[in-house]
Amino acid sequence: MLASLNARAALLSLVIFFGFLLAWHIGVQGTKAVAPMDPEYARLMGVTATQGKSAMPGPLDVGAQIWKHLNEPFYDRGPNDKGIGIQLAYSLGRVLLGYFLAVMVALPLGFLIGMSPLMSRAFDPFIQVMKPISPLAWMPLALYTIKDSSISAIFVIFICSVWPMLINTAFGVSAVRKEWLNVARTLEVPPIRKAFTIILPAAAPTIVTGMRISIGIAWLVIVAAEMLVGGTGIGYFVWNEWNNLSITNVIVAILVIGLIGMVLDQALAAVGRMLTYPE
Amino acid sequence: MTNKFIAVEGIARRYPKPGGGKTTIFEDLWFSMNKGEFSCIIGHSGCGKTTVLNNLAGLELPEDGVAIVDGIAIDGPSLDRAVIFQSHALLPWRSVLGNVAYAVSSRWRDWSREQVNAHAMKFIEKVGLKGSEHKKPAELSGGMKQRVGIARALSIEPKILLMDEPFSALDALTRGALQEEVRRILLETGQTAFMITHDVDEAIFLADRIVLMTNGPEAMIAEIVENPLPRDRRRIDIHKSPDYYPVRNHLMDFLVSRSKTFKDEIPVGYDKRHPPVVRPCAEPSATPGETRRKVA
Repeated sequence: MLASLNARAALLSLVIFFGFLLAWHIGVQGTKAVAPMDPEYARLMGVTATQGKSAMPGPLDVGAQIWKHLNEPFYDRGPNDKGIGIQLAYSLGRVLLGYFLAVMVALPLGFLIGMSPLMSRAFDPFIQVMKPISPLAWMPLALYTIKDSSISAIFVIFICSVWPMLINTAFGVSAVRKEWLNVARTLEVPPIRKAFTIILPAAAPTIVTGMRISIGIAWLVIVAAEMLVGGTGIGYFVWNEWNNLSITNVIVAILVIGLIGMVLDQALAAVGRMLTYPE
Repeated sequence: MTNKFIAVEGIARRYPKPGGGKTTIFEDLWFSMNKGEFSCIIGHSGCGKTTVLNNLAGLELPEDGVAIVDGIAIDGPSLDRAVIFQSHALLPWRSVLGNVAYAVSSRWRDWSREQVNAHAMKFIEKVGLKGSEHKKPAELSGGMKQRVGIARALSIEPKILLMDEPFSALDALTRGALQEEVRRILLETGQTAFMITHDVDEAIFLADRIVLMTNGPEAMIAEIVENPLPRDRRRIDIHKSPDYYPVRNHLMDFLVSRSKTFKDEIPVGYDKRHPPVVRPCAEPSATPGETRRKVA
């Protein structure tokens, strides 16, 4: 009997996963011949030189490290040694704050641009120039004017998440079917009620798609921004562990960044499914 | 000018031509409707039927002239004039009840939710959709969707119901059943209605008066046909009426040939402001051939 497509896909995923782990495990086995050396010198050189152990951690090292982090995610032993949970909380806080500020600006402005051809044309050149600017290019200007590294990071998140939402909202609002607007017109629906009962629900799927793109970009950018501004956050954690030469922790952080990004994306995908209407 | 319930007086529609200047779709168009009457407008694509309907709805304003309903010139859309759209135009994120209730609450803004829902349900029942009120439009068949559109339009109790080919997207069986129901509901409520159609049989079954429009550009109203069929007609046996074929032939003859040639051979005494009214019916003396008879 053939199992369902989902079951077969899950099985194949597991095979790929364990195949990858095995290849990784074999790949980091030390094979280098070790030259005999003075024990005093050997103590200075560490296991890579004395026992031929690979400098790259294997899956078992990473697994053990993940277990350690899971047992104690929120420890705080000074500015350079905080648990990965605390670092993630800092990053998420910055992302969500910058993102919601962007929502507050992009949605009303997108409505305005979408509803008025005049505004649409007037704003278009600015949007076209601002959109392709790498958000990190704003960082020096933000640091200089705001004079606070943490708020500057929030500003960078704001500026990178505002464009997809703005563009999608404007597009969604301008593309509302004329017949639905005509329904509102023949029913003499006043403008504010029309905006909330016709245009908003009609444009909601497009708007949420923009919000989903934005949260993805924001999560990409926060890592780089925190590497620059330092202090706290998962981006800073990655850079700090690189300076500590703890490749194991860097790999753990990479995994965690991926997982959180997926959760954020899926959360907005779920919102999108709720607001999508079949025609 | 007139004391008719609805009067269209000298309206015009022109499109800018690509090379400059303007193409006149129609101009100086006059006709009127009585209260409680069902009028159809028939003509080929491009003659401006939809523009006439949009003028009456207030969705577009005429370039010249004016459309008057109940003594008031139309200057925009109004709850007094409900529109049933060809594509039903239901809001897909609302249920059947939600769609009708949206219209009801727009009409009576101070009503409570219970009042609105009860009123909406009355019209949902009237179009035979009781039991489906919580379904979304996507779960309904084409005919059911159009029923919701009809319930929505009727629920605001408009002075006139405007319909833009409301049955054209439906299959023949559904169309027939729905025509029958619409006629029954409109007769019951004494609703004034104006409908665009391409379908001669639909016009004969539903309309009291049929406005014939010649081909565009520069379309004009050739004449207004009074339907000679009895008021209590039924769709299944209207073809048995002696007047059925005379009126049907008259309309077909118009659509096939006279809609093209009318412009070139305008009858003597033709007055744009008072298009001739004709009532094609079987001659009492049963002379074959000439069936057209002019009234007034």
